[in-house]
Amino acid sequence: MSTTASALRKPVAWRRVALHAGCVAALLVMLYPLAWLLATSLKPANEVIASLNLLPSHFEWSNYKTAFDGVNDVSVWRLLGNSLLIAGGAVLGNVISCSLAAYAFARLRFRFRGPLFAFMIATIMLPHHAVLIPQYIIFNKLGMVNTYWPLILPKFLATEAFFVFLIVQFMRGLPRELEEAARIDGCGPFRSFFLVILPLTRPALITTAIFTFIWTWNDFFTQLIYLFSPEKFTLTLALRSFVDASSTSAFGPMFAMSVIALLPIVLFFLAFQRFLVEGMASSGLKG
Amino acid sequence: MTATDVQATGVPRTRPATPSRPKRRREGAAWVFLSPWVLGATVLTLLPMAVSLYLSFTDYDLFNPPHWVGLRNYTQMFTEDPRYWRSVVATLTYVVIAVPLQLALALVVALVLKSVRRAKGFYRSAFYAPSLLGASMSIALVWRAIFNDGGTVDHLLGTGGWVTRPGWALLAVALLTVWQFGAPMVIFLAGLQQIPGELYEAAEVDGASRWRQFLSITVPMLSPVIFFNLVLQTIQSFQVFTPAFAVSAGKGGPADSTLFYTLYLYDRGFVASHMGYASAMAWVLLLVIGAVTAVLFRTSRSWVFYASDTDGGAR
Repeated sequence: MSTTASALRKPVAWRRVALHAGCVAALLVMLYPLAWLLATSLKPANEVIASLNLLPSHFEWSNYKTAFDGVNDVSVWRLLGNSLLIAGGAVLGNVISCSLAAYAFARLRFRFRGPLFAFMIATIMLPHHAVLIPQYIIFNKLGMVNTYWPLILPKFLATEAFFVFLIVQFMRGLPRELEEAARIDGCGPFRSFFLVILPLTRPALITTAIFTFIWTWNDFFTQLIYLFSPEKFTLTLALRSFVDASSTSAFGPMFAMSVIALLPIVLFFLAFQRFLVEGMASSGLKG
Repeated sequence: MTATDVQATGVPRTRPATPSRPKRRREGAAWVFLSPWVLGATVLTLLPMAVSLYLSFTDYDLFNPPHWVGLRNYTQMFTEDPRYWRSVVATLTYVVIAVPLQLALALVVALVLKSVRRAKGFYRSAFYAPSLLGASMSIALVWRAIFNDGGTVDHLLGTGGWVTRPGWALLAVALLTVWQFGAPMVIFLAGLQQIPGELYEAAEVDGASRWRQFLSITVPMLSPVIFFNLVLQTIQSFQVFTPAFAVSAGKGGPADSTLFYTLYLYDRGFVASHMGYASAMAWVLLLVIGAVTAVLFRTSRSWVFYASDTDGGAR
């Protein structure tokens, strides 16, 4: 449909070539920082700043060796494990709690449904900072500061309303007859949720899972506030140690570490790019 | 989109005086499904909002009990704290630069990609990639190095290191945001695909120029999506943190030029242990974001065009 208009104009061949050339040129500029990151992670210390060459004179693999030794005597494997634990917990929490709430909002009748739904939508726009300090006090009182609970527990309570909204929108698109048929077959709301609706909601759940993973993985602020023992750090937080000390000699290992920290997102992106981009387009989720 | 949705479900339903037994059971089931959300909304949203409002009128360092000081945090913020105002100016400047540039770029690239037929999926994904990676600390560190003294930008433009110069550091952070135009671009692209091709065909027959078509068809038909992107991007930009933290080593420098609001809030609350002051800052942020959103919604009536106003946000 979208091509009808341009087909009418019959663009000549060179115009199409110019279009692609322009797109590729724009992409090269845009992807430069990523190429720079990869190249610098393999550069010897004296070439990091001195030359404009993207390619190093020889590959300095020891940067990665240094990076794998870790930061503050904590190995990269430990940091990676910590990051995975938090992101995995968050994914599980969001998928479970948000789909439960979404089903109620999308399909069930209850008192105050309208006002509660409006409130849920409003919390999407609520800046995190308005609740940040009391949340910190609560977790502090519970003795949970410097543990992973403040990072994982809220996800099991559907606090990320955006995903509730996303799943609600998806569930509304499913035909009602399915549940009516299930009810005639004797299914209550629980069985029709688990057996009929949930399997059909899979695309929305996958989108939720992927975005939760990437957002949690990239999150810096919450981790910065709640974690302070180096052995509990995530990869993102360990990179922080490099923020203060920025001598050029540490550049190679620092960017080797950055590459390691980005790798899971890149892999996720390559594996799920279809879901990611479509999920984005249909829901308006940000990266 | 959001507003119409609220309306769509906000319609009060007339219910029978005495609900039958199975109906009441279904109502009970709804609350079971809803229970995690209700707990979260109460304990982690509503209660904290009330508490932070209370704390904003106190002196509180996390260790000693809060001490009521009335409006002092607010008056101090507005009249005695030049750093507070510098953080306000930095944030507003950043929002005003980054948001329009990012959305404009997103729209231009979406329009170009709309007419591309081959490798469209590849371009879409490739332009989108920075939106996912760019939020990370890794890329923020890359940005600092590229825009530092002796970095690529210094080499190419000879402007010196941007991140070490007041007035330029903010621009470097804004460019990092603009670079992540892929997310709004994908939404624009989806919106463009919804516009019926017949509209353009009719305009073509009438001899309308491309520019005329853009202004009279594309912009009005796309206005709900433009509005959606504008609101979301503005709200998010007010809360920017990670890149400023990385670029300025957590200090907001040089000369407080990248001392964004949230960075200063973090500094007051978690570095200086002035939780009351930080709470007051959080409430001002909440009110400002609320006000900006309200203004955007109000002005939107004059420029956002909904094809069918009765069809309450089906998507």
